[in-house]
Amino acid sequence: MRRITLGEDAVSEPDLLLDATEIRKSFLGLKALDGVDFSVRKGEIHALLGENGAGKSTLIKVLTGVHKPDSGAIELDGQAVAVRDPMHAQQLGIGTVYQEVNLLPNLTVAENLYIGRQPRRFGLVDTRTMQKQARALLARYDIEIDVGAQLSSFSIAVQQLVAIARAVDMSGSVLILDEPTASLDSHEVELLFGVMRKLRDRGLGIVFITHFLDQVYAVSDRITVLRNGKLVGTRQTSDLMKVDLVSMMLGRTLAAATEHGRRAAPPPSERKISFSDFGRARSVAPFDLTISAGEVVGVAGLLGSGRTETARLLFGIDLPDRGTITVDGKPVRIASPRDAIRLGFGLCPEDRKADGIVGDLSVRENIALALQARRGWLRRMSTREQTELADRFVKALDIRTTDIEKPVKLLSGGNQQKVILARWLATQPRFLILDEPTRGIDVGAHAEIIELINKLCDEGLGLLVISSEIEEIVAYSTRVRVLRDRVHAGELAGAEISTDNIMRAIAAEHGAAR
Amino acid sequence: MTSSRLLPFYATLVIFLLAYAVCVIQFPNMLSTRVLGNLLTDNAFLGIAAVGMTFVIISGGIDLSVGSVIGFTSVLIAVLVTWYGIHPLAAFCIALTIATAFGAAMGAVIHYLDVPAFIVTLAGMFLARGMAFVITTDSIPIAHEFYTTLHGLYFRMPGGGRLTLIGGLMVIVFLAGIVVAHYTRFGSYIYALGGNKTSAELMGVPVARTTIGIYALSGFLSGLAGVVFSLYTSAGYSLSAVGVELDTIAAVVIGGTLLTGGVGLVAGTFVGVIIQGLIQTYIVFDGTLSSWWTKIVVGLLLFAFIALQRLLVVLSARKGSSQVATP
Repeated sequence: MRRITLGEDAVSEPDLLLDATEIRKSFLGLKALDGVDFSVRKGEIHALLGENGAGKSTLIKVLTGVHKPDSGAIELDGQAVAVRDPMHAQQLGIGTVYQEVNLLPNLTVAENLYIGRQPRRFGLVDTRTMQKQARALLARYDIEIDVGAQLSSFSIAVQQLVAIARAVDMSGSVLILDEPTASLDSHEVELLFGVMRKLRDRGLGIVFITHFLDQVYAVSDRITVLRNGKLVGTRQTSDLMKVDLVSMMLGRTLAAATEHGRRAAPPPSERKISFSDFGRARSVAPFDLTISAGEVVGVAGLLGSGRTETARLLFGIDLPDRGTITVDGKPVRIASPRDAIRLGFGLCPEDRKADGIVGDLSVRENIALALQARRGWLRRMSTREQTELADRFVKALDIRTTDIEKPVKLLSGGNQQKVILARWLATQPRFLILDEPTRGIDVGAHAEIIELINKLCDEGLGLLVISSEIEEIVAYSTRVRVLRDRVHAGELAGAEISTDNIMRAIAAEHGAAR
Repeated sequence: MTSSRLLPFYATLVIFLLAYAVCVIQFPNMLSTRVLGNLLTDNAFLGIAAVGMTFVIISGGIDLSVGSVIGFTSVLIAVLVTWYGIHPLAAFCIALTIATAFGAAMGAVIHYLDVPAFIVTLAGMFLARGMAFVITTDSIPIAHEFYTTLHGLYFRMPGGGRLTLIGGLMVIVFLAGIVVAHYTRFGSYIYALGGNKTSAELMGVPVARTTIGIYALSGFLSGLAGVVFSLYTSAGYSLSAVGVELDTIAAVVIGGTLLTGGVGLVAGTFVGVIIQGLIQTYIVFDGTLSSWWTKIVVGLLLFAFIALQRLLVVLSARKGSSQVATP
């Protein structure tokens, strides 16, 4: 029997294909899924939404047998099942197509469709029959291609459709599409949606994971939102306003911080960095952005809206294919992060474990890293200099460590974040980009980081802070940039900055953003 | 298969035909079934082992134990026949069983312990060579009437060339290899493993069984190459066939198989083996050149082919990215 979720009947539904209840899963004590309910009906497209770390992929991995749930039940067609592995899930009827098409590009289309179950004659693979079957199968999706050609010779969209055709042919009751539209253009997306609708009408249950809200409204029948491993709710798409969906996804977790109030805009300054008509194809649409000394520009937007791409572009990791930069009125060129560092830029990346800290090096070495790199390796900093530097920042930023020789990986998340900040501050930057500075750190450290951002700003630094915590952005920003579908869609300043306005701008409601 | 994938194979074929034409212009005698028969006979053991190596490399692996297994089987057969009086046929069966089991064991270690094939088969190389030394360090000639009978078996081709038993066996092994590669599920699994192991596993390819099967097959064919080597030399010596694994790898790569796996043809390896044989034949006909020229030319060819493959990969990647970029 299903539990009550908002806007739905509590009675058991006869056309339920898949019903997962109270799914819990922890990794090393961290709750990735905390009592999540999820169901798929016959003949529906069910969108599964949530920001990074919301638990979408963990849920999918539990449903397809990659992970075993710690507790909870999964029912397929009313029968309790324990999914052993992805193969078993396929046999049970749950087929999955991943974002990175997981087929074999070096085999032919027909082989990809039938590998492991090729028709045989006299013990040998009957290629003719196999290709005939493959053509017939693909004809149902209106695809007419040379099935004897190598898969890699076709576009990603066709490969994706081949993957779907295979999954449906093998499993044929529940189809999970994990960000299938990420690398498709709008025409290809339409093609894919056509196929999805057709399959829905044939009675399949489709789970559609995406972070493009427009696409959610274009094809889905129901929406389930997860946040921080918890179920926020399941709604009918037609009953859910876009702005409500955004607030379900982003939530309000930091109400206290809002009390700090807005920052006043700093007096106009000559010291500023301007990017104009800056953009890169397939990454971020051209935008203008000016950051003055003593200003915090918050960047808000959903996952995949172009937030991190913007940061990478500004810091010279990805090169723009158009646009110019001026620093204090003088034109400059940034061809690599080294150029950016020389100009006094700094970037604390989103995934500090992968891109930021060097876990095995000590706190001292991590802090000294950027300054040393800027000096050049020939003029080595002495251990004494490094110690002085590290001591100063450990005190200034209140980094909690027993000893500056401790490997950074042994510190807590918040303190690791402070070490990265210290690394950049040691180079005395004028412009610092912080990508999700509060991700994965506890509430106390959270407030401290926000305080630190305010302090840095008072000291005359220009800051660009990317965050998915809207309250946090409201707390420290002098201006807020709103991104939507890889476009800088609007900017809020002064009294306009509020959680409601930002959410409305993200959901693209008129009047909120200009 | 798109033509760009087949390009290395065609390139090999063209090079072979050109080289053969050059040889024939200089030494018209080389255009005869005698030379052809000798090419097949002299390279029989190399070719048979190279078929196994082709499968291993297509699957994305490597087998360094080939030469040692050939040496080991030839010694084992010589000792079984000469010292213990066992009939050669029975000795062949014993040797082939051991070689197959040896390969299967290496495959099992590679899969279940998740150790790189390079390391496992390197250990296998030392192990097999060591076992050959343990049996005996002497060269043991085989004088058995069955060997004489087998040597008498050949097909006389028009023009007086002889297609010997071992030459014919190599051709049969190649034909069987082509059938396995393209007309069996096992064959498609081998290509799938070389393409992307994770994807293959998710698509339901039995990875464990296939990996063990591939190395068992390579072991079996190395054993068979040892049998052929024993017939060819009528002797067993623990230091024989040193470095043959490298010759087979060279033949496979020259034949158009990508060292990164996933792409390649058994037929290409045949051309690769014959090219190596052709160079040797040329040197014999010339009479003044040192036999080391074989190594030098093979080395140059290898360089050329790896460069060609790299170029094709880069070109196809560029083509692929431009396809993505156009909306």
